[in-house]
Amino acid sequence: MNDPASQPLPADGRGRLSALLRLWPFARPYRGMIALTFGGALLATLAQLAVPLITAAIVDGPIAAHDRAGLIPLIGLALVFGIAEAALFFLRRWAMNKSCLQIERDLRDTLYARLQRLPVAFHDRWASGQLLSRATTDVSTVRRFVGFGAVFLAVNLVTCVVVLALLLVRYWPLGLAVLLTTVPLSGLALRWERRYNVQARSVQDQQGELTTDVEEAVQGIRVVKSLGRSGLVFDRYDAKATRLRTLQLKKVRTLALLWCVFELHPQLTLAMILVGGAVAVHAGALTVGGLVGFVALFTVLLWPILSLGFLFAFAQEAASACDRIGELLDAPITVTDRPGVRPASLGSPARLRFEGAGFTYPGSTSPVLDGIDLEIAPGETVALVGATGSGKTTLTALVGRLYDVTAGRVTLDGVDIRDLPLTQLRSVVAAAFEDATLFSMSVRENLTLGRPDASEADVEEALRVAQAEFVHDLPWGLATRIGEQGLSLSGGQRQRLALARAVLGRPSVLVLDDPLSALDVHTEKLVERALREVLAGTTALVVAHRPSTVLLADRVALLAGGRIAAVGRHTDLLADVPAYRNLLAQDSELAEVPS
Amino acid sequence: MSTPAVTENWRGVATEDTEQLSAGAGIFLRARSRRLLGELLAPHHAALWWLLLTITVQNIAWLAGPFLIGLGIDVAVPALMRGDAGPLVWITAAMLGAAALDTVLRYVFLTWSGRVGQAVLLTLRRRVFQHVQRLPLAFHERYTSGKTISRLTSDVEALAELLDEGLDNLVSAVFSVLTIGVVLLVLDPPLGLIALLGFPALLWVARWFQRHSTAAYRRTRESVAALIVQFTETFGGIRAVQAFRREPRNDELHAVLNEDNRRAHDRAFWLIAVFVPAVTLIGNLVTVAVLGVGALRVLDGGLAVGTLVSFLLYLRRFYDPLQEVAMFYSSYQSATAALEKLSGVLEEEPTVAEPTAPVALPEPRGELAYDGVRFGYTDRTVLPGLDLRIPAGQTVALVGATGAGKSTLARLTARFYDPTAGEIRLDGVPLDRLTDADLRHAMVMVTQESFLFSGTIADNISFGRPGASRDEIEGAARAIGAHPFIEALPEGYDTDVRRRGGRLSAGQRQLVSFARAFLADPAVLILDEATSSLDVPSERLVQRALRTLLADRTALIIAHRLSTVEFADRVLVMEDGRIVEDGSPEDLVGGTGRFAGLHRAWADSLV
Repeated sequence: MNDPASQPLPADGRGRLSALLRLWPFARPYRGMIALTFGGALLATLAQLAVPLITAAIVDGPIAAHDRAGLIPLIGLALVFGIAEAALFFLRRWAMNKSCLQIERDLRDTLYARLQRLPVAFHDRWASGQLLSRATTDVSTVRRFVGFGAVFLAVNLVTCVVVLALLLVRYWPLGLAVLLTTVPLSGLALRWERRYNVQARSVQDQQGELTTDVEEAVQGIRVVKSLGRSGLVFDRYDAKATRLRTLQLKKVRTLALLWCVFELHPQLTLAMILVGGAVAVHAGALTVGGLVGFVALFTVLLWPILSLGFLFAFAQEAASACDRIGELLDAPITVTDRPGVRPASLGSPARLRFEGAGFTYPGSTSPVLDGIDLEIAPGETVALVGATGSGKTTLTALVGRLYDVTAGRVTLDGVDIRDLPLTQLRSVVAAAFEDATLFSMSVRENLTLGRPDASEADVEEALRVAQAEFVHDLPWGLATRIGEQGLSLSGGQRQRLALARAVLGRPSVLVLDDPLSALDVHTEKLVERALREVLAGTTALVVAHRPSTVLLADRVALLAGGRIAAVGRHTDLLADVPAYRNLLAQDSELAEVPS
Repeated sequence: MSTPAVTENWRGVATEDTEQLSAGAGIFLRARSRRLLGELLAPHHAALWWLLLTITVQNIAWLAGPFLIGLGIDVAVPALMRGDAGPLVWITAAMLGAAALDTVLRYVFLTWSGRVGQAVLLTLRRRVFQHVQRLPLAFHERYTSGKTISRLTSDVEALAELLDEGLDNLVSAVFSVLTIGVVLLVLDPPLGLIALLGFPALLWVARWFQRHSTAAYRRTRESVAALIVQFTETFGGIRAVQAFRREPRNDELHAVLNEDNRRAHDRAFWLIAVFVPAVTLIGNLVTVAVLGVGALRVLDGGLAVGTLVSFLLYLRRFYDPLQEVAMFYSSYQSATAALEKLSGVLEEEPTVAEPTAPVALPEPRGELAYDGVRFGYTDRTVLPGLDLRIPAGQTVALVGATGAGKSTLARLTARFYDPTAGEIRLDGVPLDRLTDADLRHAMVMVTQESFLFSGTIADNISFGRPGASRDEIEGAARAIGAHPFIEALPEGYDTDVRRRGGRLSAGQRQLVSFARAFLADPAVLILDEATSSLDVPSERLVQRALRTLLADRTALIIAHRLSTVEFADRVLVMEDGRIVEDGSPEDLVGGTGRFAGLHRAWADSLV
């Protein structure tokens, strides 16, 4: 299990309710509403106390005195409290909805924004199902706790304290005895709560794992189907779902124990009150009415005490959900603006230089790139050639800071790209990746992704360069929705759109990762011709697997073993560097292969 | 309302994008989701009856408390005053016994109902997952992955909430209400009748809630799904998001969907905020009435004080659980909305289905025959009618411009879709008469998109043949030329490819998926642009491997790089869904047709 989520946390990170404290910044803006929720709940609970108290008053007052008229004001009071309780109840729920749903929304927005800004290296490492389950299930768990659990935990604790105080006032020896019974209860509860926290966490982690499986099974459905591996994929999912059930049942057993203890406690206490009360009445220290009142008051506590068991458990669950969300919120945004960066004035096209640039993937010891020195003059195009896995794609990702160098630096016009604001850098550098990612939105929005202010003429030109004019033939032209939720396009069409997106507005630095791989020979020729014009006016780094793509470049850099092994013109390298010839000369191939 | 023609529109997921549902559609959907719930609970009927019995006895034990304490005050205290401690001892002992019984039964109930709930969830998860796997590609392309994911995650969890919180609350609440209702009537019939007076009002409020909450919860399921779609799309394409500074715009889009989701929940919760306090209000009004009437009767000497006290205590326990019933009802409404969506997915027909009377194909040879094969997507016809014979063992290259129908032909051959007319046969057996297992054993397709699953490289290769030994896995990688790069990785074959193989380059991923197909060892291999991201030496290695691999196999190869074509036995040039040239590569290259032109252009590109 290399998933970061399943790695053990430091011991002090577990079983602490203090994890809930980090919710405070999210709750703060709605503290008024939260106070109202809490106040409403508390007052409603106090209103509940009214009925037993009024009952006692009626028994000891009008009934004892046979005073019919005396009943009326007391009954009226009970009516007022009864209506007040319902009104307060409504107030509490209304205020709760306002606060907890807004907290949930803000928390999810913050999480989403944060995740978008976490470096690509982070996303390489984290299973997306874990991210999704945190943004949905865990955030909802927190919402439910804030809206319900936290309020009632507080209210019920306050109720317990208030009622205990009242019991002490009414008849202190019996009140004290009740108070003492809470000591063993708390001790036992505390132990099980910790166990519950750990179990809740393992359930949440397993839910994330299951979500990952769902995602892969759905997104990889073509591979699953073409290899006929539905059975295998199902077995994997089934194993995880079954494990989730096992973990859930463990949690259920702990919860059941907790519940039972908190249910047993008030009943035992009630028996004790009967014995103690009867003795006290016998001794003349308490009236029968006094005992009735005492019992009635205590029965108010039945529910609050019982509920404390699962409310504490709920708090533990929310705390571990908070931990899981916190792990994402705390993940360092390593690729970010340095403090005090200011936009630099860069030439267009700019000069791109790698100076001893190196890169090592996090958690790995061997560098993928090691001491890359390469300069691309303004307006020059350099092709990057190298064997599969030589680090070409990684090198191109360094230019737009999708990854940050782990050694050396990359500069634009002599400025370290880490000293440029990220927004400036990424508007100067445009890229087309191996996987032509299109989003579920209109063709136009997909094209102008990096340049929302692009003119119609810019769009047309980009479409021409990428030979992507086919978009005009789509049902709604440029307004046609594409991507997963829209019209599906072929691989070649997608690649041409991604290319059009990259060249739109003639960026001053262009990074293309094997931009023509999915095109047929005819289209490729046309794209090459048009692309040449664009490349003339921009500084470009083009990953090339084919001689035809290499010919777009002024110079070629050969990447091998994480270093630039040779730089020069295509024909020279072809003549002088055997490794290069081996990579690009296609004709020699089959003759030398013994079959 | 329920004529087949009308219901047809609501079948499956057809209603999902409909904003306003007609009353008839609503009833149809609710009935469908109730049916699903019924099916899920059916295997647990015996267990549910046992649970019912447990909780009934447990409730009696729990209810004994107030009764016994009333008895204590009315009987034991006076007895004690007379110097007789006997009743006090007995009553206390009875209270302790009841408490112990209550606790034990509560434990049994909670753990059992947990087991039933989890079993139901597991069944549902399995069922939906398996069904989704069976649904045709056409469904997946239309429904989108994000929505399917939301069905399988958040909708299933909505039912989990109901089962987690609902079952015990409901059962104990209903039984509290019923038993206490009886106790109240027995204890004092006139007061008991007053207590039941609140019921018509309760029913009216519940009806109001049901009417409005159905639509409200349906909306929440949709707004959650929209959020999940946005989420999966963003983080599936995070590189492009960051490179093109899409973050601020995405923040806006997410904020809109998130706010919409909040509103949807706010509406549903507002309904609860009215419903539950209304139940409380009715309970309180009834309590005040009982208090008034009861006190008067005590004054008249028609009622003992102890009875009134007990009655009021019971009354509290009568109306408090009703709030829980109300809460359960709202969870139920939420779960029903989720089950509506799930039952919709379950109702989608796997149109590319397993045959009812399959023909076994234990030893496929790989002969393909196409007769009048016609296929089109909704708006256009791609293949107007194709006739073709491919003898076993032949390697066929498909060539032609984008949109000529090559990929469609490949996908039909792999039975990702069924043709709208005509028939494709493998070794004389129509594809739709073969079981999926036989078909996939005989035929494997490798596409440009090389999806890797999380797990190690070895895991991913063995996906081609589960249970393959390490030697076989390495052999496949070696044959395809993937071995050197895998060996060079930090942990070799045990390297975790991470999310969707993000750590590997596109070329490396293609090599791994080639190795996967190699290991599967099918009689027919379909390659759709499967070498596009490979560099020349890798492609060369793959081609060398293919020469050996394809020697005794049928192959259908689509490639823009015509080097792959050169070792084909036969080349088919396609245009507008028709085959316009058919011959050996040598013949076609030497000729004056389209292929000759393509080949010249390609040869020029090699320089």
